Amino acid sequence: MISEAIKSQFEQFVGKDNVEDNQASLLAYSYDATPGFQAMPHCIVSPRNAHEVAAVVKLCNEHKIPIVPRGSGTNLSAGTTPLQGGVVLLFKHMDGIIEIDEENLTMTVQPGVITSHIIAAAEEKGLFYPPDPGSMHISTIGGNISENAGGLRGLKYGVTRDYVMGLEIVLPNGEIIHTGGKLAKDVAGYDLTRLFVGAEGTLGVVTAATLKLIPKPETKKTMLALFDDLETSAEAVSAIIANRIIPATLEFLDQQTVRVVEDFAQIGLPKDVGAVLLIEQDGPPEVVERDLAKIEEICRLTNAVDVQVAKTEAEADALTSARRTALSALSRVKPTTILEDATVPRSKIAEMVREIEVIAKKYQLTICTFGHAGDGNLHPTCLTDARNEEEMALVEKAFEEIFHKAIELGGTITGEHGVGAMKLPYLHLKIGEAGVEVLQGIKKAIDPNHIMNPGKIFSESERNRVVI
Amino acid sequence: MMSTEEKARIQVSFKEKMDYNELMNCTRCGFCLPSCPTYIESGKKEINSPRGRIALMKGVVDGLIEPDEDVKRSIDLCLGCRACEPVCPSGVKFGHLLEQARDAIYQTNNQSLPEKAMRSIFFNNLFPYHNRMIGAVGLLGFYQRSGLQKITRSVGIMNLFPETMRTMEKVLPEVPKKKEMKQRQRHFAPLRERKKNVAFFSGCLMDTVFMSTNDSTTKLLQYAGCEIVVPKTQGCCGALHGHSGEQNRAREMAKRNIEAFEAAEVDYIITNAGGCGAFLVDYGHLLKDDPEWSERAQAFSNKIKDITSILVELEFDKLPLRLDDQIVTYQDSCHLKNGQKTFIEPRKLLQSIEGVTFVEMHDAGRCCGSAGIYNIVESEMSMQILDYKMEQTKKTDAKTIVTTNPGCLLQMKLGIEREGLADQMDAVHIVDLLVEAYENAEKSER
Repeated sequence: MISEAIKSQFEQFVGKDNVEDNQASLLAYSYDATPGFQAMPHCIVSPRNAHEVAAVVKLCNEHKIPIVPRGSGTNLSAGTTPLQGGVVLLFKHMDGIIEIDEENLTMTVQPGVITSHIIAAAEEKGLFYPPDPGSMHISTIGGNISENAGGLRGLKYGVTRDYVMGLEIVLPNGEIIHTGGKLAKDVAGYDLTRLFVGAEGTLGVVTAATLKLIPKPETKKTMLALFDDLETSAEAVSAIIANRIIPATLEFLDQQTVRVVEDFAQIGLPKDVGAVLLIEQDGPPEVVERDLAKIEEICRLTNAVDVQVAKTEAEADALTSARRTALSALSRVKPTTILEDATVPRSKIAEMVREIEVIAKKYQLTICTFGHAGDGNLHPTCLTDARNEEEMALVEKAFEEIFHKAIELGGTITGEHGVGAMKLPYLHLKIGEAGVEVLQGIKKAIDPNHIMNPGKIFSESERNRVVI
Repeated sequence: MMSTEEKARIQVSFKEKMDYNELMNCTRCGFCLPSCPTYIESGKKEINSPRGRIALMKGVVDGLIEPDEDVKRSIDLCLGCRACEPVCPSGVKFGHLLEQARDAIYQTNNQSLPEKAMRSIFFNNLFPYHNRMIGAVGLLGFYQRSGLQKITRSVGIMNLFPETMRTMEKVLPEVPKKKEMKQRQRHFAPLRERKKNVAFFSGCLMDTVFMSTNDSTTKLLQYAGCEIVVPKTQGCCGALHGHSGEQNRAREMAKRNIEAFEAAEVDYIITNAGGCGAFLVDYGHLLKDDPEWSERAQAFSNKIKDITSILVELEFDKLPLRLDDQIVTYQDSCHLKNGQKTFIEPRKLLQSIEGVTFVEMHDAGRCCGSAGIYNIVESEMSMQILDYKMEQTKKTDAKTIVTTNPGCLLQMKLGIEREGLADQMDAVHIVDLLVEAYENAEKSER
């Protein structure tokens, strides 16, 4: 697909060392963290600046070569799997923090910066960048922006989208545009910044971003509330929110998840309880104390077995870090973990949890549930083995039912992982056929040759692909 | 270049030797990436990351790719430091996968000539034979003591060798005399109330080149209240063989050691080299498919304990320990930390020494680049990794860098020499420092 002539042009644009097409390298970029998806690209290109990106994209557009921009490949919807081959674009050279503007409280970064480095750099200046996806120590900000990543602090602080103020984007035709800026208000035209955040790399390539920072909360405290079962814990979650308290983090984990996380992290999580709520509140000390006391009271009223407050910051950090490993730790039980992120309104969490249990029983599958309970974002995870085709077909069916149920409850098929290739067959459930057509129309206007991450979000023609 | 037949042979070998279930356990979440020195130092090349390497291994088994030079390069460039293991939520045993892959590649015999010669000399003809080890180290001693070293250095013969080897020649410790190496004491009585019976795994390199460190180890055990036996028929642990694709050779050596220690009925088998210890702990896995040996191997492995770990258990850190005022930092031995999960104990011991200001170095758990003979066969990457390590070391302002493995010790000495800091910084094995601290305190108390 990529001729020697085109390859040598790539080499001219970005330097010989930054173009690779040996089969080992191609294989190393044939996957992301999504089970069951793998496809070989034809070429790996690592540009060093926006102009080199533009040159590469323009050439690809002329020759209709697919491009998949890739951060660290941690996404969970097969968003960076090069399903139609072509070029995988890496940002390992574009990994600098360009500026921290302490007057406007913004940070301008290149797409290859690791998320946790952004958080650390902000905190060094007494500032705060809240989005903290589970993979924040590995993921890049470019990936976070393209997937509109969420995280543990989403409940109180929102998601990546809420912190992107401006973008530099290379369009499929090779033009470089700048959207938004360091502006609290800006209504000049359509909100292109919001359009490109979460576009999953299907509309263009993000080459720089201006992020919003906020003052760093004075303190934070972390506690665990233990319950007999997941449903009761979900009721506590709804009760906390209904009592007008918005914790920074409100995560739940079912028993199986707690067990595997404890096996890995060994920080003394209780392995014998049915469910655990991980709650964190930040802010001025008096507010944190008051909220925690109230949350404890609510948890006890909703039949918590026990409530424990982390004694030190190290203990608190150990708890949240351990939570981040939940998905991967579950694969200690079975080799393949298929995870979804169906999301419902907060008030419906207990009901959704119940439905997941019913569905799991119906198909005789092991589905563990953990997730961002506070914002209704569940992570039902099926423990299976990709080699067992029969069971994989059941997994497929079970998740389809879960999606339908989530929609029925006023929810969505994906809260934070993106549609990618994995949830492509179900997009219409959420936004309807007319909605899909709008997306297709936007795509056509910006990327008429379908070179940008083709086969993601929606298919060019019809649906009916399987999840796995 | 590899021939087509050779690739085909390796591919078959991959299918036979790789543990497919273990390959499947990798969920490709990428949590290992930030921990991998070669991923970071190669500018974030996925192919040089644990996740990438597992994908390549699986790709070869699945027939998606051929085991070509690039695949081999990726496997070769791995340090085997296993920093990816403790951070892996899925619990993938990368060290085992690496050994299987190297076994699959190297059993088809396609190493580059100098590398093959190096492996053959050290691994097969020297390390396993204690007498030959003594002979070789004896020659080194002759070289150091006879004035030959002086002449060689002044004539500049060493300039003919690569830079790493040249510096290495400078930092090798002054080795013991042949006679001393041959007449090793085999039994030691405790020097206080007896608390434990232990056997000491003396190692090949440790009992020759680093003999004085072994002597310090037995002294510490005596001070801590141990009765010690040092079985005579023990030999090299086989780690270097196991890590570089010579599994069968490693198994033979394991059996010899298991036999040697079975006779001694002890509470623990003590090691003072992180690299050896991690391999000894793994004998159970190494011989798991051998019905005659698997149980015996596991029993052996269960008794392995690092010197720092038993010292803390016996509360050696509560005894008076004193040194001149100085800043001390600690460089983890990868295999002690990642293989034996021992990293709190060395720090605890160092912090208990009066006069010592312990400063934790940033990324102390990241490999120093020594990794067996990696610093010789993969010199460029090794030195890049060492440069980073020295940068972090310098920031601590430490006078003393403490290590728990001979390879790390030499590598840190190499780093000090390369930085031109020999007059203000020194690298030592933890046991040598502890003996000094103990005897110092004892002297001043008298």
